[in-house]
Amino acid sequence: MGSPTVLRTQGLSKQFRVGFWGRPVVALDRLDLEIQQGEIFGFLGPNGAGKTTTLKILMGLIYPTAGKAWILGRELGDVAVKHQIGFLPEAPYFYDYLTGEEFLRFYGQLFGIGGHKLVDRITELLQMVGLSEARRLQLRKFSKGMLQRIGLAQALINDPQLVILDEPMSGLDPIGRREVRDIMLRLKDQGKTIFFSTHILPDVEMICDRVAILVKGRLRSVGAMHELVGAAAVTSVEVVVDGLSERAVHEVERLGGTVIRRGAQAMVTLPDERAVPAFLDVIARHAGRLVSLVPHKRSLEDLFLKEVGPT
Amino acid sequence: MTPILVIARNTFRETLRDRILYNLLFFALLMIGSAVLLGSLTIGEQARIIRDIGLAGINGFGVLIAIFVGIGLVSKEIDKRTIYSILAKPIPRYHFILGKYGGLALTLFVNTAIMAGGFFVTLWVGRVGLDPALVTAIGLIFVELLVITAVAVMFSTFTTPTLSAGFTLATYVIGHLTDDLRTLGAKLHNEVTKGLLDGLYYVLPNLDYFNVKGQVAHGIAVEPSYVFSAVAYGALYSAAVLALACAIFQRREFK
Repeated sequence: MGSPTVLRTQGLSKQFRVGFWGRPVVALDRLDLEIQQGEIFGFLGPNGAGKTTTLKILMGLIYPTAGKAWILGRELGDVAVKHQIGFLPEAPYFYDYLTGEEFLRFYGQLFGIGGHKLVDRITELLQMVGLSEARRLQLRKFSKGMLQRIGLAQALINDPQLVILDEPMSGLDPIGRREVRDIMLRLKDQGKTIFFSTHILPDVEMICDRVAILVKGRLRSVGAMHELVGAAAVTSVEVVVDGLSERAVHEVERLGGTVIRRGAQAMVTLPDERAVPAFLDVIARHAGRLVSLVPHKRSLEDLFLKEVGPT
Repeated sequence: MTPILVIARNTFRETLRDRILYNLLFFALLMIGSAVLLGSLTIGEQARIIRDIGLAGINGFGVLIAIFVGIGLVSKEIDKRTIYSILAKPIPRYHFILGKYGGLALTLFVNTAIMAGGFFVTLWVGRVGLDPALVTAIGLIFVELLVITAVAVMFSTFTTPTLSAGFTLATYVIGHLTDDLRTLGAKLHNEVTKGLLDGLYYVLPNLDYFNVKGQVAHGIAVEPSYVFSAVAYGALYSAAVLALACAIFQRREFK
């Protein structure tokens, strides 16, 4: 790796007591994690895996039952280190009586930023998250996507080195998700480290350098995307064909393909890409028309389902 | 600007944009103003009635504002999870509590000043002279509000807004009866109950200490030494309750 470690946890654990009798429930179990400078690190897991618990411990909102963590070389609990961190909570709720500008000014002032520097930073951030026109609009009139974006802006007000985001894409439409993704990539270009939790896998696949999968409080796998997903081997090919005759179907089945008919169209699944030339030959001979051909690779989703599955 | 001031200023802004405040203030001014009408129904006692109702109005509505605006301030932040993004900033947790308290104290000060203004106008309309002792009485009402607010903030660090309101209201009521608790304790032969009542006497605020309304309404001056000791008591009690609130808040987990 070579890059300095920005965040490290060692045996980080959290036990909650629930119910009248205080029954102990393990939310996080001996988490060891290391995040290097400049990487986008995805923290994955199904609901209730302990992702938010981890982030809350790191932000000092709850205290760990055992274990330690260091952020930028300082041990957990050191308030001063938060000068270098930006945090966006899950489904953020903010003071809805403030306007976009007042809201960012409030957070900037908590960092001791003021004067022209703060005004310039607010303008820059509102522009970055596409909310310049909502400067004087009260947050109560914001849409969910706008709230998420202004939340992202407050997390960046102090120009942090480490940005921690809890489910930054949840509740956003595809356009909103792409915007958040673009902002994260831009931050990476600026040399920032991004640690974010999510359960929206395509986003992770597209932007993460490394990911960790957490299931029921325990770390299942951690590593670079290509290490986890493996070489980009095609596992199957999905083809949609129009006007495939019965004879053609038999030939396709001899190639090892499975055919599902849907009206005039047929969806064919071929076992691997080597069968594709022969299959195309069959279609040509039987006057079929190719509608689409999609090679399937082993995806993060497969890995995720494999890890989450046998629990 | 220090984080405490930033939070205090924002809290002040929050309360100013809260509709409950204006409703309470409207009824407070209505009650204070109505003293002129009620006073005119009496013969010879008009001045006392106006002073009585005016001070009672400032006191009663001040307490309502302190409780109903105060209890929401911390518990609402936890409930609505607005606190997450604030505590993620480089501020110690007690700064948050002190900022919230400071903001509410400022709101109460402005409200008390507005109600006092309405009261002075009522006195002028009713042709009753402005006795400086009235200002002293209003000042002590403000100190009482500061104590109640500290209690409201303390309760709201660990309970829901509804329970905090209930606890604070109960503290307010019992706080005016603490002398009776002690008298009752002295008359009891059961040592345990006596000890319990004595304990309550020392733990709960003695809010009657700040009540000079009756005396002032009758035109009797208040000794400066009494005012000084009441203010000192109020400041110390509020500081102790806030210290407790900060300690509870420091340990609190935001699940």
